[in-house]
Amino acid sequence: MSKRAILGLLTLCLVVASAYASFYVAPLERTMGPIQKIFYFHAASAWAGMTAFMVCFVANLLYVWRRQVKWDWLGVSCAEVGLVFTTVVLITGPIWAKPVWGIWWTWDWRLTSTFVMWLLYVSFLLLRTLVEEPDRRALFSALFGIFAFLDVPLVYFSIRWWRTQHPQPVVLGGTGSGLEPTMRKVFFFTVLAMHALMALLIAERYLLEKLRGGVDELKREAEAQ
Amino acid sequence: MKNFDSIFAAYLVGWAVYFVFYLSIGKRAAALTGEIERLKNSVGRGK
Repeated sequence: MSKRAILGLLTLCLVVASAYASFYVAPLERTMGPIQKIFYFHAASAWAGMTAFMVCFVANLLYVWRRQVKWDWLGVSCAEVGLVFTTVVLITGPIWAKPVWGIWWTWDWRLTSTFVMWLLYVSFLLLRTLVEEPDRRALFSALFGIFAFLDVPLVYFSIRWWRTQHPQPVVLGGTGSGLEPTMRKVFFFTVLAMHALMALLIAERYLLEKLRGGVDELKREAEAQ
Repeated sequence: MKNFDSIFAAYLVGWAVYFVFYLSIGKRAAALTGEIERLKNSVGRGK
């Protein structure tokens, strides 16, 4: 069995175990009841997405500094994976909100900044399709990626800085906030599982970008003949 | 279970997004591998 297959299998086990823990280990939340189970999947996906964008930002900075193509490959891989995780957050959030708030969506700071973050990374990927020359494409997207990342801390701090419809932080939220100890353990276990999934997807996506680099090189070789 | 439909929908759609993305990576990788083979042959013929 290859190393990739073993890592994939381990990630699958972690993800299944975390889903099991969310439903059967974590206690039922008193106010919301079973619908609160979405929290583990929704919030852990959000954390994993923001981690992917953070790695994307570091890769973009390293590309601007070093001009090595591997940082461009890592940057685009993280942007795409982060976008997928944020898409899940934007889908599961309204499904959770409707029975609890009575509305699917509201333009509060947390929801709006998350939607803007999603749009920024969609633009990041679209921008790459507009530039043909690989070095220019890598530089433009690295610069745009650095700009797009400015919204990520805003998403994180929005519920700390402003009053929002979205709940105030229950994890790392300071005094007066917090989760019941078993819920907390299950939440961090789910965060670990989603980060393992994120790392696996980034690794797979990076290999794809490496293949694309090989295609570009062969095309240049063919054109030079 | 109360709100079972919403819980089911959230988990189903969420996992479907991850699964489709994973499949799309595999599909794109297969297409690029084919293109690499094609380009290698054409570069080889040109030499």
